[in-house]
Amino acid sequence: MADTLTSSGTGPGPSAPVHEFPMPRAAGCPFDPPPGLSAAREEGPLAKVRLWDGKDYWLLTRYADQRAVLLDPRVSADLTRPGYPLQAPSNGKNNISFILMDDPEHARLRRMVTAPFAIKRVEALRPAVQKIVDDLIDEMLAGPKPVDLVEAFALPVPSLVICALLGVPYDDHDFFQENSKILIRRDAAMEDRMAAHGKLIGYLDELMGEKMAHPGDDLLSGLVARVQSGELTRTDAAQMGVLLLLAGHETTANMIALGTLALLEHPGQLALLRDTDDPKLIASAVEELLRYLSIVHGGRRRAVLADIEVAGQVIRAGEGVIMPNDIANRDPEAFPDPDRLDLTRDARRHVAFGFGVHQCLGQPLARMELQVVYGTLYRRVPGLRLAAGIGELPFKHDGSVYGVYELPVTW
Amino acid sequence: MTRLPTHSKENTMHVELDEPKCVASGQCVLAAPEVFDQRDEDGIAFVLDENPAGDTLDAVREAVAICPAAAIRLVEQ
Repeated sequence: MADTLTSSGTGPGPSAPVHEFPMPRAAGCPFDPPPGLSAAREEGPLAKVRLWDGKDYWLLTRYADQRAVLLDPRVSADLTRPGYPLQAPSNGKNNISFILMDDPEHARLRRMVTAPFAIKRVEALRPAVQKIVDDLIDEMLAGPKPVDLVEAFALPVPSLVICALLGVPYDDHDFFQENSKILIRRDAAMEDRMAAHGKLIGYLDELMGEKMAHPGDDLLSGLVARVQSGELTRTDAAQMGVLLLLAGHETTANMIALGTLALLEHPGQLALLRDTDDPKLIASAVEELLRYLSIVHGGRRRAVLADIEVAGQVIRAGEGVIMPNDIANRDPEAFPDPDRLDLTRDARRHVAFGFGVHQCLGQPLARMELQVVYGTLYRRVPGLRLAAGIGELPFKHDGSVYGVYELPVTW
Repeated sequence: MTRLPTHSKENTMHVELDEPKCVASGQCVLAAPEVFDQRDEDGIAFVLDENPAGDTLDAVREAVAICPAAAIRLVEQ
């Protein structure tokens, strides 16, 4: 392989070939994991990869092993631990709250924000989300075409929802979307990333100051109350706010746009969705698109705290492991005929939201939003089609969340 | 009709939830809403029916498989 290097022997194992990571996707296969990753899975459960820092790390290729390790308390999500596979030199310069902490502190902070994401609470929001989706479609249909579906629909839906849930004014969306974009770009310069993070923290801190004086019925007001009772520092609260705001719209927005593109490229599957109002089929379609697209494509990363064994191989304390969920979700042992998009399959066991104690906090909200979107958009705009060649579309190869920057559509 | 041995065995299965492990992902409530619910204050799961049977038991097995924190167990009583 062209990207095979000779191991310097600095990392795991002495002599096996080392591949650079992340790997590129194949031209013309925008929905599939990089061929190098799929090849690594076919070669065996473990591979070695070299990151930007020139160091070698373990790559876990299989669904079952990834789940087992993500559950193991002997691995750490704390990127200051020795061996942690950092995404970029700027990684770790900003504190992004509990997703990079271990229990018990992780659990303590996470439990402060789990209530609004409980299934019943999320279900209660469904009519409001349906109205947001219907209104945006009305607006789109009344406007000029072609239109960029990302800007007109995919980004506003989750942004409006997370703003309402957190108590952030949606009118400020240009500001926080612009800074979020910088934060999730893998290749953003360290200074730019730190500046963007600083602006978002400042913004959330100011907003929480206002909520201290005028509390509302929203998540940020709940965090402010915990600051006032001494359970949480104001800085921790602002960091949690930034995390939720960022995670709340970037991920779902990409699932809406990339999911729509995948369906347009699979017209038979799109027809299934367009012609149904069966909530079970719509829910199943959401799970399958989550599995098939696996948009969080940078690999879940952990530092090993004490020796563990994976597929017969001992991984030592101080080494780092990378678990790309996209190849786990295409593991034929877990999902028969894994490269086929099949909205009728039972894909619920996918790991698109990760696995273990860090599994996505907002997943019930994401599921509900996607059910409303996929269950409405194609039914109401049955003639929806691409207004550009798929080869011309700008894909987010550089983002920690995969998707398309723009999706020109018409109908 | 003769009762199948597996049926009577399934009737004695007991659901155990390790509450401190729960991460409030809501997966169990989606998989088996008759058996699991979540606390209002923090979304942490609790068990509504400790001895499910039949189809409900299959739903609980699914919940066991998808719980991200491996907090649910089905044990024979």
